Amino acid sequence: MFRTRFTRRLPAAIAVAGLALAAAACGGESTNAGAAPAATADQLNPNADLSKQSVNVTVWDGYTPKELPQKVKDKLKFPLKIGIHDTNETAMTKLTAGGDTGIDVAFVSGQYAQALNEQGLLEPIHPELIPNLSNLYPEATQLSYDKGNKYSVPYTWGTTGICYRSDLVKTPPTSWKDLLQPPSWADKKVTMMTTERWLALPALKALGYSVNTDKDAEIAKAKELLVAAKPHLLGYDDTTFGDKLKSGEAVMVEAWDGWCPTTDEKQNIKFAVPKEGSDLWVDTMVIMKSSKNKEAAHALINYILDPEIHSWAAVNINYKVPNKAAMDKVDIAKGSLLDIKPAELLNGESLIDLGQASVKYTRLATEIKAQS
Amino acid sequence: MRRSKWLHVPFWATYVFLYAPIVVLVVMSFNSGRSAYTYEGFSLKWYGELAQDERIRDGVVNTLIVAAGSTVVATVLGTLLAVGLARYTRSKTLDALALMPAVLPDLVLAIGLLVFYGMIQLTLGLYSVILAHGVFSMAFVAAVVRTRLSNADTSLEEASRDLGAGPVVTFMKVTLPQLTPGIIAGALLAFTLSLDEFVIAFFTIGNNEQTLPIVIYSMIRFGVTPKINALAAILLLVSFTAVIVGQRMTKIGESRAED
Amino acid sequence: MSPSRGRRLGAFVFLSPGLTYLVVLLLVPLVLVLSYTLFQRGRFGGVVYEVTGENFSRLIDPLYLSVVGTSLKIAGLTTLLALLLGYPTAYLIAQLPRKWKTVALVAVVLPFWTNFIIRVYAWIILLNGPGLLNSGLKALGLGPYELLYNQGAIILGLLYSYLPLMVLPLYAAIERLDPQLREASANLGASAFSTFRKVTLPLTVPGVLTGCLFVFVPSFGNFVIPEMLGGGKSVMVGNLIRTEFLQARDWPFGSALTLALVAVLVVLLIAQSWVARRA
Repeated sequence: MFRTRFTRRLPAAIAVAGLALAAAACGGESTNAGAAPAATADQLNPNADLSKQSVNVTVWDGYTPKELPQKVKDKLKFPLKIGIHDTNETAMTKLTAGGDTGIDVAFVSGQYAQALNEQGLLEPIHPELIPNLSNLYPEATQLSYDKGNKYSVPYTWGTTGICYRSDLVKTPPTSWKDLLQPPSWADKKVTMMTTERWLALPALKALGYSVNTDKDAEIAKAKELLVAAKPHLLGYDDTTFGDKLKSGEAVMVEAWDGWCPTTDEKQNIKFAVPKEGSDLWVDTMVIMKSSKNKEAAHALINYILDPEIHSWAAVNINYKVPNKAAMDKVDIAKGSLLDIKPAELLNGESLIDLGQASVKYTRLATEIKAQS
Repeated sequence: MRRSKWLHVPFWATYVFLYAPIVVLVVMSFNSGRSAYTYEGFSLKWYGELAQDERIRDGVVNTLIVAAGSTVVATVLGTLLAVGLARYTRSKTLDALALMPAVLPDLVLAIGLLVFYGMIQLTLGLYSVILAHGVFSMAFVAAVVRTRLSNADTSLEEASRDLGAGPVVTFMKVTLPQLTPGIIAGALLAFTLSLDEFVIAFFTIGNNEQTLPIVIYSMIRFGVTPKINALAAILLLVSFTAVIVGQRMTKIGESRAED
Repeated sequence: MSPSRGRRLGAFVFLSPGLTYLVVLLLVPLVLVLSYTLFQRGRFGGVVYEVTGENFSRLIDPLYLSVVGTSLKIAGLTTLLALLLGYPTAYLIAQLPRKWKTVALVAVVLPFWTNFIIRVYAWIILLNGPGLLNSGLKALGLGPYELLYNQGAIILGLLYSYLPLMVLPLYAAIERLDPQLREASANLGASAFSTFRKVTLPLTVPGVLTGCLFVFVPSFGNFVIPEMLGGGKSVMVGNLIRTEFLQARDWPFGSALTLALVAVLVVLLIAQSWVARRA
């Protein structure tokens, strides 16, 4: 196999040469290359006139308070515009495609923030511009994809477990094996997640491996378990498992805690973290390197870390926030989803982007789902 | 037609098949629960909430702008293209090129356009979605119009040309009237496809605008509520009314013409 | 005006706007994406511009061949069913009095003016374990059956999604048939069936081909229906491409898969155009 260094503009050159279309030629960098990570920080002016800036955010729908733009306008004097994305994956594609998306601040999960940073697309966080970082739990600076919050600030966190109908299960699930080898009363009434890393998680944890393993032997063992589980599953589902529980199609599902609809009193839906342990997921806020409004972006993140604002997510959408000052303001019912302490959460392993080895998981997921 | 009564079975089967889920969908719009898919009881609350949801309203407006804009672009260009391909060239490569966008996976077109728009530093907005939807819609219009053109009787067109009419005049006076049913079918298809397109729209729209499908896909994280069913029910009601009124009008027009 | 000059002018007037549009907004972006095929995935996604042939060698893999096989089967059955339902429907619409034609035609696409996700939800409500169809069957003392989350449900979902793409081109092709042809055939003593086989069908082959292509290809590349109605338990070519581009962020390999798909499509398209021009 031959390998030659080419310029970044080669695809453009091919397109242009092939089609003799001059219009395509004028344009800048095409896409991100595997650029040097940990780019140097810009010099930011702490006294910048924020009213001359404006901030564009992309975030999951309903994940920040509706009144946030108005409050930011009143308090920080710059316009805030909210765009929405449906999944990490589509947000990543938009952010890494090379064009200027105009996005200043993006909400993505931890391992995606890590990948963005590795590609040189993120502005390092300037802690001096975010005094409210001190509101975070000490545990929230120890997240393995970004120790010390160098390029990301955590917004919400939680874990993956089993969400179940307490009225329809004979015994509450306690182990990942309850999902992988469901008892006969749960046969074909179980779902697992479809995204590769979470698809592998129950098997890896049941076998006592790390969720970040890149060892072929361990992944092969996990595959055996997952293949054996497939005939007993209702399906693989990342998005509508809550609905499947409510309708009674499913009695147990692999779920992120925040997506498990435990608040509906009538439904008897509960959440359990299996004894073998699980992961720790974090949804973070990051600032794009290409942003022209970095001071305002920092001010926005600082404002979101204000206990008043940050506690909104816990109160209104039932997500744990890694902000001690905010959580102290919230009434936490015993046994509720919010009632998991940071120290317990930290027992979970953060998924990290495995770089080259991630290909193994993509293949694993395809192999399992293509199995008939 | 008397002889082919058996044909009525698949005909009605088609409409039952197409409308069975629509009935369910409308019933679910009256769900008192939060879920678009577990029925809990009767309520009109989602219609009330719908009226107050600005984002959905903006989404509907944007979607209609995009669908109308791209349908116009696609219908004009697609019809011209179909005539050009059928009458002025024998190239199979051009045939294939014209159909390509209709058969290309949407994700590939979406990423290609995203990278391309980035390269030419185009600021994204609604018009960039219109241009993008125009690409695949045009292919559908061209293909549907083509099915009317191929093998069609060209003697009228030849006669027109023999009498000294240029290609444009021939097209306007002779070809176009013959093509109208195909153009209507193609335009309907283009409009329908654009209304519900998510992937290409997501990647080619500005960060602060949303079409309705983008709003709805983004709702998945917290569950799609029957609000969307309510919206669909209203939309269907409006469309049905428009169709029936339109049909009445042609009826009146025709009976007058007959008098 | 000389005929050949008229032809050239015609070619220019009719072809250039559409083709220019396609070159700029289809070919250039497509070539951009497909050129990634030659390069490598960066460690964390993105593209590293070092030339490699690896993406092509990865294509020849029994895993992907089995996915292609599944997709062919599912998309093929969907197309066949769509033709069986769509042809009689289009045929009858074309026979309707003029004022009802447009109504019937609009009625075919109207369900699709509602959102995709809730249409899929509606199917789930109809088909799932505690769902309407099973309740109905139960009242008759039958079932419950597993109607959902299998390949049958995928085919049903695809058929539902793409049936209009079959009906509309067929309608456009059938509508232009001269009814006198059929009458003549009948007067000469041909049965309805042989009139259909010898007169109607051959004249509507272009519409049949277009409809089949419109149903087959997007079914082949669909990824949402296999996930939502198939329960994610089957993988189709569309799922593969989406996974590589979005989840794995492996654009070079995603491009290679796309290139393979495009190659197949171009062959299909050229074959279609060849048959259509002969018919």
